[in-house]
Amino acid sequence: MILSTLLMALRELRRNKLRSLLTMLGIVIGVAAVIALVNIGEGATARVKADIGKLGDNLLIVRPGAGRRGMGFTQAPPFTLADADAIGREVSGVSDVAPTAGSQQLSVWGNENHQTSIMGATNAYLDVRGYTLSGGRRFAPSEVSSGRAACLLGSTVRHELFGERDPLGESVRVGKLSCLVIGTLASKGESGIGQDQDDLILMPLRAVQRRLLGNTDVSTIFLSAKSDRSTQSVQAQTEALLRQRRGLGEGRDSDFSVRDMQEVAETMSLATGTLTALLGAIGAVSLLVGGIGIMNIMLVNVTERTREIGIRLAIGALASDVLFQFLLEAVVLSALGGVVGIGFGLGLSWSVTRMLDVPFLVQPGVLALAFGFSALVGVVFGLLPARKAARLNPIEALRHE
Amino acid sequence: MSLPEAVVEFKGLSKIYGAGDAEVRALDAVDLRIEKGEFVAIMGASGSGKSTAMNIIGCLDTPSAGDYSFCGVGVGSLDADQRARLRRHYIGFIFQGFNLLAKTSALDNVELPLIYRRIPKRQRQERARLALESVGLGSRMSHAPSELSGGQQQRVAIARALVTEPALLLADEPTGNLDSSTKREIMLLLTRLNTAQGITVAMVTHEPDMAAYAGRVIRFRDGRVLEAGAAS
Repeated sequence: MILSTLLMALRELRRNKLRSLLTMLGIVIGVAAVIALVNIGEGATARVKADIGKLGDNLLIVRPGAGRRGMGFTQAPPFTLADADAIGREVSGVSDVAPTAGSQQLSVWGNENHQTSIMGATNAYLDVRGYTLSGGRRFAPSEVSSGRAACLLGSTVRHELFGERDPLGESVRVGKLSCLVIGTLASKGESGIGQDQDDLILMPLRAVQRRLLGNTDVSTIFLSAKSDRSTQSVQAQTEALLRQRRGLGEGRDSDFSVRDMQEVAETMSLATGTLTALLGAIGAVSLLVGGIGIMNIMLVNVTERTREIGIRLAIGALASDVLFQFLLEAVVLSALGGVVGIGFGLGLSWSVTRMLDVPFLVQPGVLALAFGFSALVGVVFGLLPARKAARLNPIEALRHE
Repeated sequence: MSLPEAVVEFKGLSKIYGAGDAEVRALDAVDLRIEKGEFVAIMGASGSGKSTAMNIIGCLDTPSAGDYSFCGVGVGSLDADQRARLRRHYIGFIFQGFNLLAKTSALDNVELPLIYRRIPKRQRQERARLALESVGLGSRMSHAPSELSGGQQQRVAIARALVTEPALLLADEPTGNLDSSTKREIMLLLTRLNTAQGITVAMVTHEPDMAAYAGRVIRFRDGRVLEAGAAS
């Protein structure tokens, strides 16, 4: 019975091809929008997470200042190397501590020059930030302790200054300092916030402090926690330790910040999640409009086919048979629209994700939900017309011209 | 179900439309019997009450007063669904306008009542094929109504009415839309079904020529049965 009613419904929809297609269009667009937006949103979120992950695994960033950009930096005293050592000694769950000090400088080699950021760091920085070498070697212990002007070139700097030539063993002038290139960094690409992570020159911290900045300040300390579960505890311990070292009593705000990049990642995915939900709501509205379109056409159908309904009632259809038939037609219409919409949505999100260079992630749950929802739209909006059909008086329906 | 002698029995049956001054007595205390195996013609001018009687016989409508029993079952107390079940199992309809589903093959049209009776597909097709063969349309089963002549369409409709093996075949002006030679062909078919297969037939017509094929004529005038004599 269900099968034959289904076949009947399909035949009925085929009979009015154009009308069926146009009616389905609302659902198609709604479902396609939902699928495309959710998929693109998911892809973008995954991309943001991956990019922030690229900053380094379980990375925490400790900076002077109250955490908000552009405020407090002048008043807040910088850290010292002793702070970094204390963190490494006293905070449990830390795998690496990388104190850094930075400066923007013009780097020059031969006729080429390039404005870049000079990062005074230790080998730990490479581990914390996940940089690998594409050539040469890391800093030797003697270079770190003596503060010799040895440097590692980020791939952007390397290409700007050397092109395709081998920079190893060459001397690059940084500010008024001449330094020996001992290694090159493999490219890390852009960070989640669009920063070129390859536009830098790494030098031993002591060299930058003494010979470029003329002080012993540590501006930023990078930490990596041993596991992603310990980042929170590392964050809390570091905060407590630094408050103590900086003599901050209870009730005084911290004049530094310890930021968990995982937290940042989650905040950002929350933002894209909100966007996804918003766009999903737009899709839901178009599904609603599509549903109203189906109701409209089904009402027209019932009026047009009054005589047919009369025939069916006369030859033994129960009111419930007629109800079921028209309801099924509406559901087939909307579910078919749902399937086509899923197809279009996948195609659209595939091409958009390709265009934006974002991973193409398909969630089967969302597809199933979209299909189920479109079928539900058919039930909800098909009910009224189907009831109208089922309640027709067979005598009057038969007389209908 | 074993059938009592009368397929249709009206006892003091009235059908009243409207109320007060606008009251119309379409049927006024009508007594009427149609026996099993009869071929009855129902005649009368328009407004005489014959269509109303037809609708009540077909369980499409209910009486306002009096009793109608169909094969011994009191119809007056049945609700719409129960009447639909009665139609589904015991009554076959033939209409003036054929009332076939358009763009649907003859076979599918004849299968339709069996679908509503939840008969399995294979059995359904077999019975529909037999019904079409019995009205001489064995070679036209896959044709849509628009590809068939009026007489052929009416024969499809007769096959559709017969396929459920009804206790009563109810024909409403079955020859009204047909030319005279086709009329004869349809009437011969109905007569043959009545005599050879013993199917009870009640036919509404306004043409005396057609009524002549029936065994008995019931004439309506002003909501009453005028006479229920043998066909002239």
